[in-house]
Amino acid sequence: MLESTVYQLLTGCPRMDQRNARRRSLAGALATFAVALLAGCGPASNYKQSSLDPKSDFTSMIHSLFQVEYYLALAVFVLVEGALLYVILRFRGKAEDPEPEQVHGNTLVEVIWTAIPALILAALAVPTVKTIFRTYEVPKGDALQVEVIGHQWWWEFRYPQYGLVTANELHVPTGRTVSLRMITQDVLHSFWLPQLAAKRDVFQQRTSTLWFRTEKEGLYPGQCTEFCGLQHGRMAFQVMAQSPAGFEQYIAAMKASAPPAAPAASDSAKPTAMAGTTTTTLGATTIVADTTQGAQLFMMKGCIGCHSLNATKPMGVGPNLAGIGTRKYIAAGWLENTDQNLARWIQHPQDVKHGVIMPNLGLTDAEAQTLAAYLRQH
Amino acid sequence: MATSVLDHAGTAAIHQEKTGLWSWITTVDHKRIGVLYGASAFFFFLLGGLEALLIRVQLSRPDNTFVTPEFYNQLFTMHGTTMIFLAVMPFSAMFFNFFIPLHLGARDVAFPRLNAFSYWVFLLGGLFLNASFLFGAAPNGGWFGYANLSSRQFSPGPNMDFWAIGLQILGIASLAAGVNFFVTILNMRTPGMKLMRMPMFVWASFITQLLVLLSFPVITVALIMLMFDRLFGTHFFVPQGGGDPLLWQHLFWVFGHPEVYILILPSFGIVSEVMPVFSRKPLFGYAAMVFAMVFIAVLGFGVWSHHMFATGMGPIADTVFSLATMLIAIPTGVKIFNWLGTAWGGSLQMKTPMYFALGFIAMFIIGGLSGVMHSAPPADLQQTDTYFVVAHFHYVLFGGSIFALTSGAYYWWPKMFGRLLDEGLGKLHFWLMLIGFNLTFFPMHIVGLHGMPRRVYTYSAGFGFETLNLLETVGAFILATSFVVFIFNVVKSWRSGLQAPADPWNGATLEWAIPSPPQEFNFPEEITVHSRDPLWEMKRSAGGRLPEPVRTSGAGIHLPPPSIWPLMAAVGVMLVFLSLMLHEKTGPVGIFIAMSVLFLSIYKWAFEPVH
Repeated sequence: MLESTVYQLLTGCPRMDQRNARRRSLAGALATFAVALLAGCGPASNYKQSSLDPKSDFTSMIHSLFQVEYYLALAVFVLVEGALLYVILRFRGKAEDPEPEQVHGNTLVEVIWTAIPALILAALAVPTVKTIFRTYEVPKGDALQVEVIGHQWWWEFRYPQYGLVTANELHVPTGRTVSLRMITQDVLHSFWLPQLAAKRDVFQQRTSTLWFRTEKEGLYPGQCTEFCGLQHGRMAFQVMAQSPAGFEQYIAAMKASAPPAAPAASDSAKPTAMAGTTTTTLGATTIVADTTQGAQLFMMKGCIGCHSLNATKPMGVGPNLAGIGTRKYIAAGWLENTDQNLARWIQHPQDVKHGVIMPNLGLTDAEAQTLAAYLRQH
Repeated sequence: MATSVLDHAGTAAIHQEKTGLWSWITTVDHKRIGVLYGASAFFFFLLGGLEALLIRVQLSRPDNTFVTPEFYNQLFTMHGTTMIFLAVMPFSAMFFNFFIPLHLGARDVAFPRLNAFSYWVFLLGGLFLNASFLFGAAPNGGWFGYANLSSRQFSPGPNMDFWAIGLQILGIASLAAGVNFFVTILNMRTPGMKLMRMPMFVWASFITQLLVLLSFPVITVALIMLMFDRLFGTHFFVPQGGGDPLLWQHLFWVFGHPEVYILILPSFGIVSEVMPVFSRKPLFGYAAMVFAMVFIAVLGFGVWSHHMFATGMGPIADTVFSLATMLIAIPTGVKIFNWLGTAWGGSLQMKTPMYFALGFIAMFIIGGLSGVMHSAPPADLQQTDTYFVVAHFHYVLFGGSIFALTSGAYYWWPKMFGRLLDEGLGKLHFWLMLIGFNLTFFPMHIVGLHGMPRRVYTYSAGFGFETLNLLETVGAFILATSFVVFIFNVVKSWRSGLQAPADPWNGATLEWAIPSPPQEFNFPEEITVHSRDPLWEMKRSAGGRLPEPVRTSGAGIHLPPPSIWPLMAAVGVMLVFLSLMLHEKTGPVGIFIAMSVLFLSIYKWAFEPVH
């Protein structure tokens, strides 16, 4: 039913003789394909990092442009494929048919079908150029400055306004423009945050920029899109958009990871980081015991050579681990941060993500669990 | 006229079919070289297809461990490199070789031994690239080999040496062939064949050679710089040494974008031959078709940076490259409309070549439209390096080039091998290919826009990519099956196919005037042409079909003798590059020996008697 309707629509000629039944099924197949094209494949919200589900001013702007080009393309698709189908169905001949009229061209027709695409493109060019210039704007005022540094294969984030550094999970406030300035430490990477910021490549010697402002709280995934070697596929990150108050709490907790603060003060100053930790005396004692042992392992096994637990010190070969305990994902934004995964990642990094700089240290199960428990508190 | 040939009662050697392995190794016959190109390209095509299937199996479900990340990176690098340089380009070269001289009414190409040299260099280069698999060190930095990942610091193994050197070897083959066909087309046309009377396939080939001649030097320079960086410690692309990785991208795409047209223009040419013959009408808007291709070729050199919008070149550069890219859609649209205009009012003969040509048009429209979509830099900031782009260029290169090349294969098979392919199997091939192709690549548009990046060896569960990726993998196997049908068709034709007449499709061009397969000397006598469709014209003036042409002795026709030196020179080229790659082990002695082989071969070649 749909088939024949679309066939009629496309060909404009409902022919009913038997020979055409076969042609109709061809038309039907292609029409179904066109309908599938129209429908896409379910709503964008079925997908976790869809570029068609913009959640910031920057990506909404791009999405508006995308919609213009999408509908133009769809119209051209239907018209031209429709014309092709019409030609195939209408002008089918047999070997014994007389020779058709020999036409070599038609200047008027050719001028028209050169001019029409030019006009369509002009219609697309205007919003394109406007949007190009907007993407390069540099935010003014009290924008949150974030420095992004790509590494093989993880992301470092610095907050110069707060003197803080973190990795793989960037917290930003809603309602405030975020200004990203990005470089790489080693090879080229590309920072792609589909719902908030789209994409820019990062280089060593020049700074790439992006900006966005979101009003919607949430955890937004992103990942590297410039092929950067062995574990390019596992170089993801998250951006946590929080209410301004939540963000201030996060900043305070991160600042509290600096050593001068007393352990007790540190705990109380990190309500979000310590959420879920039991407050009973017994529980606290247990944790303190673990902490001591874990801290020793962290020193002795050499973790400290590459990782800092202090968010105010932007140094170390590996990701800064302040706040690791509450990050949603580990191993660069893709492995769920469960106790089991964390211990496994610490114990067998080369199995979890082959080729990373972090070596298998030969930790026992108990040591790995102790270290995981220790990190859980940071 | 070609069909009423007198027997030459000369005393000179009579041309007989030469057989045996040695006759193929030393051949300088453009038709045999064409067949060699085709067979080699098909071998590499199957290899690249196998790589694609492994990629699809790996991506069929999330967090899959079917292949290691290292092997996956080798697979996608070699899949791209193979399909571009070892499959599509040499498939085109097969048709250039076999049909440009026939279309022009010529006996051979301008430089027959250089032609053999091109083929052997190509074959050795392709084998060299793939030999890397034997050492577990296949190239793993992408077909684009972006700096500074390709530097020795970040790619310490020999993988990218194989790539940088393999592509230089292949570049020599392309450049030699480019010069050869450029000169052939300009100088070897039969009387009356003015430029604007050449078959459109020859025009497409001519413009392709221009692109090769202008763009391959750029990549050659870039590859030499990369090789120096890797082997001899220079710093062209190494930031710590004052080099610039972004320079590589510019050099690569100044080559890389024209390369796209090198891959597609021959296909435009093939479709422009098939459409008129199977519509029984001349090509609509011949002059516009020529100018459109020239326009595409010229603009093709001014749009390279649209591959680099995400690098952030600044608003002015983005605007210029964006608008230039959009402009290309205009001549491309003109071509599509002219093909439709050719069929309009015609009497469509729905044979297998026509199926594939129409499939080409249908698929290429989709590839063109998605191309326009990422010509807008802000939209490209979401689309580049995602599966949306993978979908786009497969619609252009598979839906475009491979459909058209397959159309050409069915169209010209009877001429090349003297046997018909089975129509039923051909159409089965078409439908499997069309369905498999769309099932494989259409969902990639969707997953790409919904957030799936390219070149990732796996993806996590829960992103919504699972179903569509599984569908793509199923599609890939249907696509592979379609080529099994093709192989079966070829084998069947080989064993029991019907003998092909000289002109099975009512062709318009000169190759259909001579027996299938053609004799070594092509045309017993020079033909004079008076129009764009010389054979149709002959048939009209003869009042119907022409009599089947008779095979003649060809006595007295001078043809270049076979030679081993093109192959030896190709071996010399190969050895020189090998000695550079292994210079730390073999030292100057290795380089000296390799150079000696090369120069001796060129010397012997230069002073070989040619009569």
